[in-house]
Amino acid sequence: MASSPKSPEQSEKNKQYDRQLRLWGDHGQAALETGHICLVNATGLGTEILKSIVLPGVGAITIVDDKTVTEEDIGSNFFLECSSKGLNRGSEALRFLLELNSAVQGHAVQEPPDQILRENPDWFKSFSLVITTALSEKVVTALAQHLWDINVPFIQCRSVGFLGSFRIQIREHAIIETHPDNEQTDLRLDIPFPALSDYLDSIDIDALDLKDHGHIPWIVILYKSIQKWRLTHRDNWPMSRKEKNEIREMIQEFIRKDENGVPISEENFEEAVRAVNTSLVPSFLPVKIQELLYSNAATNLTKESSAFWIMCAALRGFVEAEGKGKLPVKGVLPDMTASTEHYVKLQNIYRTQAAMDTDVVHRKVQQIVAQLHADSISEFDVKLFCRHAHDLILIKGSNIATEYQLGSSVAAYIARHLEEPDVMMLNYIMLRASEMFESEHCRAPGEWEPEGDVAKLKTCVTKFLSEISYSQDLARKDDHIQEMCRYGGAELHSISAFLGGCVAHEAIKLVTKQYKPVHNTFIYDGASTNTATFTL
Amino acid sequence: MPDDETFVSENQQKRWQNIRKVCERTGPFCHPDFEASPDIVEFIMDSCKVLIVGAGGLGCELLKDLALMGFKKIHVVDMDTIELSNLNRQFLFRKNDIGLSKAKCAVEFVNKRRGLLPSVPYRDGGTEGFKGNARVILPGMSPCIECTLDLYPPQKTFPLCTIANTPRAMFHLKMIDSCKPFFYKYNILTIPSLYIFETAMFVKDNPDIFLRLSDVFKLATSCCVNMNNYMVMNMADGVYSYTFSAEKRADCVACSNSTRVMEIDRDATLQTIYDKLCEDLGYMMKSPGITTVINGRNKTLYMSSIKSIEERTKDNLKKKVTELGLYNGADILVADITTPNTITIKLKFADSVDVEMSR
Repeated sequence: MASSPKSPEQSEKNKQYDRQLRLWGDHGQAALETGHICLVNATGLGTEILKSIVLPGVGAITIVDDKTVTEEDIGSNFFLECSSKGLNRGSEALRFLLELNSAVQGHAVQEPPDQILRENPDWFKSFSLVITTALSEKVVTALAQHLWDINVPFIQCRSVGFLGSFRIQIREHAIIETHPDNEQTDLRLDIPFPALSDYLDSIDIDALDLKDHGHIPWIVILYKSIQKWRLTHRDNWPMSRKEKNEIREMIQEFIRKDENGVPISEENFEEAVRAVNTSLVPSFLPVKIQELLYSNAATNLTKESSAFWIMCAALRGFVEAEGKGKLPVKGVLPDMTASTEHYVKLQNIYRTQAAMDTDVVHRKVQQIVAQLHADSISEFDVKLFCRHAHDLILIKGSNIATEYQLGSSVAAYIARHLEEPDVMMLNYIMLRASEMFESEHCRAPGEWEPEGDVAKLKTCVTKFLSEISYSQDLARKDDHIQEMCRYGGAELHSISAFLGGCVAHEAIKLVTKQYKPVHNTFIYDGASTNTATFTL
Repeated sequence: MPDDETFVSENQQKRWQNIRKVCERTGPFCHPDFEASPDIVEFIMDSCKVLIVGAGGLGCELLKDLALMGFKKIHVVDMDTIELSNLNRQFLFRKNDIGLSKAKCAVEFVNKRRGLLPSVPYRDGGTEGFKGNARVILPGMSPCIECTLDLYPPQKTFPLCTIANTPRAMFHLKMIDSCKPFFYKYNILTIPSLYIFETAMFVKDNPDIFLRLSDVFKLATSCCVNMNNYMVMNMADGVYSYTFSAEKRADCVACSNSTRVMEIDRDATLQTIYDKLCEDLGYMMKSPGITTVINGRNKTLYMSSIKSIEERTKDNLKKKVTELGLYNGADILVADITTPNTITIKLKFADSVDVEMSR
């Protein structure tokens, strides 16, 4: 990206957001600033989530809460103060949250969510994400179904005693920038494009003087060694361990020797030897990407198709024609020991090819957009898409309302995870059983006193287990039932703070469409400091 | 007026209802020593002193969390002042606070929000992108930081954490040095993780612990078993965490008492020993003081920390060890700011047969 001179205001903002911009870039920030997040119930957990979304500068927040502030709220919620008692919880929390960042817009709605759902369901359409905390199972399922229907992402959160959980519901989530920890380099040494092979062929390692010899990029050395090896191997590509070792020996042979016949230590050659392991992977179209390009959504475009699918279709066109079965060149050269001249030259060769490939894809995108009369897609977006085409990820989500109905596949999944020696799935059952308890008794298990509710909660757990047709004896559940009743629905701030941070991260991932979010249920047990992810 | 007092205390009861439940009720997963009682909440509020070192991103969070978990005797140490780039996560600071002390602002903010008189004192004095870690150290029971130094990757520069790019920076050492006597006053010491390198040596010194979030509460109350003892997180791909039990190293310079052997030449000088103590990877001391016991009497061989002793003993550095009364198999006792205890080192002359290791 060309850096343009920034206005004083812009540069102040860059300074304020400096740390996060390193994580998701200017375009991620821009996406965040168009986000509008709705929170239902400004509990301790709810405000902790919003805190970490307001600080980095989300566009706007709306709090839906019809409750008045109690002493207990003040005890567990940092965004309320003593004078808030008796006032509307959402409006008070909003006031203190907005102090965090003047760039964020905020609204408070003093209506119960089920009423909005009944009277004005379309109201939810304006949000990029809806988050709920401490919401009854009845309202959660109704809201989840509605948000599923109108295709608005939803995160349901809970914080009870030492347990916390969140569940993400999103129909389909496409991620272009997944930020993988170890990204595969894309060097095309097996199928060099013309500019690359011209450059590589123009160098004769043996003819170089000693100084130059120590400054040629390892990519050249590796390529030359493979070329030499292929002469005696029927033009094959080195794949096996033995063959790779032979390549290493070839590289060693290129190393110059001093007058006594001792090899001179040259860093670039050592790098070439090390690169044998990682850089000999042949260029190929990953199966997952192939599946994406040929999936229904990419082959049957409509006017409603998202930019992601239009770009997938254009990319498929590229792979089938100009790309000859391969994806566009990434155009990123890893750091290496080389003279600046060599490095810059090589870098330009890769960048130029990447730009040419991107150009082809961009033209195809424009054609499709014109045919469909769809919204235009910027060159920047196409460039980003091509740069990350090897690592695209599509997550297909599931409906929370379906999860609550405990259909056969969900039931089998839960039962399967109960077999595990660790208890995290049991914690999920405790949270669900507590919700059943609350629906029946209008209070959290143990809210008044723990002992009396143990048997009642046990009935809920047994009912849940029978609904998932789990017939085995689950003796260890008794301790967990007792522990749940001990909590008595208490919200511990430390659990909410930890979980709130996690949920805010997930919200930012969803809004910026960067990094991989949890798919789709996360459970935190603060008592044992364990976490688990389930796909319900 | 008694009526008002009853009213206030009833409100207080209600306000802390959440933590009262887990402190006044017992459960199957409690620490074996746990006894449910209202005294625990009282202890948290009135007696348990917690020190937070660093009021950065994690420090602010910890201060708020502890305050909301009922802790009232919280002290904060930080020498830094607030910058614009802090405001996107250090939520206790506002634009007007830029240039002011982090510790002071953080504490004043929490006091004001919680409606407290300014009783939480302060003293002027990590996370990395989507990753982080936390650990619990119980002196003598868990591995200390030196035991597990190899768990930390070689230091890279972290633009995402303000000061961690210069881990053993002198100004931090000085800051912590000046606070040292002050650390002993606390039941619990919490250090946001990337300060770890600077504070490693002081944790060893401290009578208690350092850790974060719920674990401070668990430690203070024993209402569940403590985290055992190291947690790492990565949130780039979903949310991944791993809690494991790091192990004590039997020969750790910092927390074990085993005798170590140092091999030197028979005609080496005391300076050779001094240099080894400063440079060898196993020691890495700053200004070791060396003593020994000859005929049942303590003899100071060299000590730089006290000027008069330095004057008196500096000539010893040039002398051969044998001239100083040391022999093959002799013990020297070494004290340094980098270790809490004096370590015993057995000298072994390079040309002699094995030194008998009786202890």
